Amino acid sequence: MKSLSVVVIGATSGIAQPVARAYASRGATLFLLARNAEALSTTASDLLARGASRVETMVADVQDSARHDEIVHAAKGTCGTIDVVLIAHGILRNQQEIDHDVDEMLRLFEVNATSVLSLAQRFGLAMESQGAGTIAVITSVAGERGRRSLYTYGASKAAVSHFLAGMRGRYKPLGINVLDIRPGPVDTPMLAGRPQPLIATADAVARDIVKAIDRGTWLLYTPWYWRFVMAIVRLIPERIMMRLKY
Amino acid sequence: MEQSPTSWGRYPQSHAARIVDASWAHEVDLTRHHSVIAYGLGRSYGDVCLNDGGTVLRMHRCDRILSFDRQTGVIRAEAGLSIADLLRIVVPHGWFVAVTPGTKFVTLGGAVANDIHGKNHHRVGTFGRHVRSLALRRSDGREHLCSATENQELFQATIGGMGLTGVITWVEIALIPIASRRIEQESIKARSLGELIRLTDESDVEWDYTVSWIDVMQRGASLGRGLVLRGRFHEQADGTLGGPWNGPLLRVPIQGPSWLLSPLTIKAFNAVWYNRQISRLSRTNMDLEPFFYPLDGVERWNLLYGQRGMMQYQCVVPSEGGEDTMRRVLSTMQGGGISSFLAVLKKFGMLTSPGLMSFPRPGLTLTLDMPITGRRMFDALDHCDRIVHEVGGRVYPAKDARVSAAMFRSMYADVIERFEASIDPAMSSSFWRRVTSSTKEII
Repeated sequence: MKSLSVVVIGATSGIAQPVARAYASRGATLFLLARNAEALSTTASDLLARGASRVETMVADVQDSARHDEIVHAAKGTCGTIDVVLIAHGILRNQQEIDHDVDEMLRLFEVNATSVLSLAQRFGLAMESQGAGTIAVITSVAGERGRRSLYTYGASKAAVSHFLAGMRGRYKPLGINVLDIRPGPVDTPMLAGRPQPLIATADAVARDIVKAIDRGTWLLYTPWYWRFVMAIVRLIPERIMMRLKY
Repeated sequence: MEQSPTSWGRYPQSHAARIVDASWAHEVDLTRHHSVIAYGLGRSYGDVCLNDGGTVLRMHRCDRILSFDRQTGVIRAEAGLSIADLLRIVVPHGWFVAVTPGTKFVTLGGAVANDIHGKNHHRVGTFGRHVRSLALRRSDGREHLCSATENQELFQATIGGMGLTGVITWVEIALIPIASRRIEQESIKARSLGELIRLTDESDVEWDYTVSWIDVMQRGASLGRGLVLRGRFHEQADGTLGGPWNGPLLRVPIQGPSWLLSPLTIKAFNAVWYNRQISRLSRTNMDLEPFFYPLDGVERWNLLYGQRGMMQYQCVVPSEGGEDTMRRVLSTMQGGGISSFLAVLKKFGMLTSPGLMSFPRPGLTLTLDMPITGRRMFDALDHCDRIVHEVGGRVYPAKDARVSAAMFRSMYADVIERFEASIDPAMSSSFWRRVTSSTKEII
């Protein structure tokens, strides 16, 4: 039997690492993309030692959309049929940190949203004729409501969630699952120095993600309680929401 | 504010001025720090992993395997990898760590920094003997590759160096081959300390793993009665290598009340434990997990000791006259009202460690867990230090939270000055300040 082939974009990120490890322990073939060459090669050796049957890496900055076709092409070259593509890269800034730096604000949107749309679309097209596969993207619970402390980040995640909902309708009949992963705060380097209540471990979130991909789930809140928290948050009237400080 | 890291004894309390999580071992940078200690999983008991008022650099995220040769059993990994994770990867391929402590929740960096030992010390020596090479990030901004042939002095200072020579970024170790996860174990009742030590000597000849549990609540002729445990891996392949690993069975949810582990309950526990085995010799076959890691099934068991926390006392004394010394140490503890339900005795073998400050020396080693009670207990332990020191013995920094500076320096007098020359000026710890402060003027 051919081993599972998995593409991970943003492979050195805190959530992508344990997900990739889970696939490595199943003997998967992995194609990894990240910006930092040294961290990427460390990740690749780690996954090989943990049982991956083959690991290929590519160093690129996702902001360089001119290279996106090349990325998809290289991933196809390694995997043949792509069983799973996980798009996991992202950056976090509170609104306050970028409020007076509109260029930085737009850069955040480009990294978290524009580049993700471009890659998801290109991978979708490349996988169209496979008849099977999963396109999984990490968004956030922060994408559901606009909040004064986090609205650029929230908007970038909302844009992706919206896009994925549409893609899902298009790809479902083709046998391809489009999974929107919405984690709450996760204990990863992205949240370093930002203490949070209800913080989850990356390992727990990764277990949920792998299970959701296995089951063909199309929307995942992780950990599970965020499904209920967000059900309530969605009901908060805007006139109250706009007065909330957080 | 993030909670300050604690040690396993939860004593002493300590507040780090800064807590930094290292994401990648290769990115660790000490050039802008002046007081740092690397922190793994916090399983050392006292204050070697604490840095009151300084920076604690948490290494648990740096847990990638850099290479693993399944044919030769050589593995290189970032220093934050735990033995628990390592075993999950190597055991299915027929490998095991040459040296393991009583918990698998320690990191490779911690294992090197404390030069840990296990029940097979008489066969294979300390962890440091199985380290082929390591990388050390120092405040000069460089990564120093250290081994028996390269940067030899730094290599020797780092093994057992309590994290003071720099931040260990990766470690390469040689594993030992195993054919099965199963252990053949024998447990023999010994009615006195003398009998227990004789049985240990006998067992060390034939068995790879030996350790004794002793009932420290007994006095007089029964002092030091206990159970001698000896074990070895099955040598025949039996298809168990790919077997499952247990998660914790229980998790201690909150801090226990102080009466829970009081002299009375501990005495009762010890009597029950000793008398549970009716026959003199009991044979069992068991999985490696309950054999090596019996307490890992209860997550956070240290919380049972309550608000005041606990500590461990571990000393080593020469075999010559060892029985008598141990008798004096145990009586002194009893006199000080110290009670312990985890007291173990082991004989260290002759194999020397490359580590300068490495604790094990040939002889008898005694380890006791104890709830922290008060002044009397600390006085009794000071008295034990004097007994141990008198015969040329020493205490183990990884367990210590109270030895006096003068006593520590005297116990390690043969190597301490040589060690100090290799300390990185950016590194420090609560332990190191404690054992150097009051004697600074002498230096």
